[in-house]
Amino acid sequence: MTKTVTDVICPFCGTLCDDLEVVVSNDGQELLEVYNACAIGAEKFLHSQAKDRITRPRMRQEDGSWKEISYDDAIEYTARMLTDAKKPLMYGWSSTNCEAQAVGSEIGELVGAVMDNTATVCHGTSLIAVQDIGIPSCTLGEVKNRADRILFWGCNPAHAHPRHMSRYSIFPRGFFTGKGHTGRKVIVVDPRPTDTASVADVHLQVEQGRDYELLNAFRVAFKGEQLPDVVAGIPKEKIYEAAETLKSGRFVIIFFGMGVTQSLGKNHNIDEAIAVTRDLNEYTKAAIMPMRGHYNVTGSGQVWGWLFGFPYAVDLSRGFARYNPGETTSNDLLRRDEVDAVFVLGSDPGAHFPFSSVKKIYDRPSVAIDPHETPTTEVCRVHVPVAFVGVEVGGCAYRMDNVPIETRKVVEPPEGMMTDEEFLKHVLARVKEIQGE
Amino acid sequence: MAIRVNLITGRTIQQGVSMEAGKEKPAYTTACGIIELDPADFKKLGAFRNTNVRVTSKYGSVIVKAVEATQGPHPGVAYIPMGPWANMVVNPNTYSTGMPTFKGTPVEVEVAKNEPVLSSLELVRKGCRGELA
Repeated sequence: MTKTVTDVICPFCGTLCDDLEVVVSNDGQELLEVYNACAIGAEKFLHSQAKDRITRPRMRQEDGSWKEISYDDAIEYTARMLTDAKKPLMYGWSSTNCEAQAVGSEIGELVGAVMDNTATVCHGTSLIAVQDIGIPSCTLGEVKNRADRILFWGCNPAHAHPRHMSRYSIFPRGFFTGKGHTGRKVIVVDPRPTDTASVADVHLQVEQGRDYELLNAFRVAFKGEQLPDVVAGIPKEKIYEAAETLKSGRFVIIFFGMGVTQSLGKNHNIDEAIAVTRDLNEYTKAAIMPMRGHYNVTGSGQVWGWLFGFPYAVDLSRGFARYNPGETTSNDLLRRDEVDAVFVLGSDPGAHFPFSSVKKIYDRPSVAIDPHETPTTEVCRVHVPVAFVGVEVGGCAYRMDNVPIETRKVVEPPEGMMTDEEFLKHVLARVKEIQGE
Repeated sequence: MAIRVNLITGRTIQQGVSMEAGKEKPAYTTACGIIELDPADFKKLGAFRNTNVRVTSKYGSVIVKAVEATQGPHPGVAYIPMGPWANMVVNPNTYSTGMPTFKGTPVEVEVAKNEPVLSSLELVRKGCRGELA
């Protein structure tokens, strides 16, 4: 016999879909089917059932092979590594719940760590821009119910947030948007004609790295001022036309992604995108929202926001919180050899940092806390497998629009496996003991 | 014959699915150990589809399989899905923003028919130990 769990939250991307249905065995030990999820979300749930899953901590030996160790040994190694280090980096925090993030932050404070989350390679530059000039934003519910002009800039939700378009941005029928996609105009700005662009009314194939110029041209066009014949590879007629489309809407929403945060210009691109939003509010109602990647990267920004006052790149090594992107950010610290131990939880820098940074992790004492076997676990000295948050343990997560949603436990983790929070609590207790010695 | 293109990286749905299924599995290499090239760039390169190529930038070098752009045309722009392969060659400079320059790295692509595309774990392991050619 089986039972169906409804209203399950998907712990993959920042869209944090909350309408999944998961079929589990009656004893809650086995996960059998996933409904309503996108291909990536479904795979995440199903992978928790992999037969070859690693279920015990392991330590790398001199010859490169792995040796199984107990959770106690892993806790001891982690606590010693963090207390011995002068300035450890505690990175990740995006694929876990807010409860674990809070415990981790307490450890970071005690050992004088630099706390950084995946925003550092994702929307960190957006956060800098928000601190520069503010952000007029809204919730995804407002987008669904009100937005009739949708602008995707440098993001490709068809691939990265697969259900975003059907749940919130293009297709749903809302309170004031009863016609669904036929009542909306969609503009995509991307150097490639992406799959998202294929469902848009207008695609502006911007020259890669020229986003700032094009955003600036939009501000000129709103005011009806003169533009050069071509800006960033786009003829001026198309820019004027797109600007009019936006101005004529009742509610404009701009979603932006890695195309603007990771291209040259970085935070200044976002400054300009927010300025476009501000200018649009002269004519109609407009809002802007970053397409956050990990399901709880927003949550780690929230937790550190209320604990330390900064959303990422928080340096606690001097006993108080400092924040200076470019100095206290993971890749800069690693490349300049300014940290002497690396702790990773809920992220995979081994796969997603430039290789020069990965090599630095390999050269240092390091621990990776991750349910999966990843390139990070491959370069770390100790790998601690844990339960999947949102699948095998619940906890709070924040959606990309800063709405907190409680994730649900749907299936039991493998016997004897710790959760992120349990492991961190043990490390915290041990750190306190060591510091009291 | 080598060609010069502007490299960008990012997510694809195949990258996401294979990542969640396990980065140690061959499907992850199939999804991310590739470079998407425009048909016009294939012509300049003088290579068949699905040929292994060496991608080289100022910052590193990696072997990946060249495939035809799935979301094109975008002549002059090449795409490697985010992952360890792309990260061997992207510009790691943050220019004081904390953010490496993952998009917009000038790279050179040349045919390397007989060289294998390494798996993700092998690639980072060999890279860290200095065992890469």
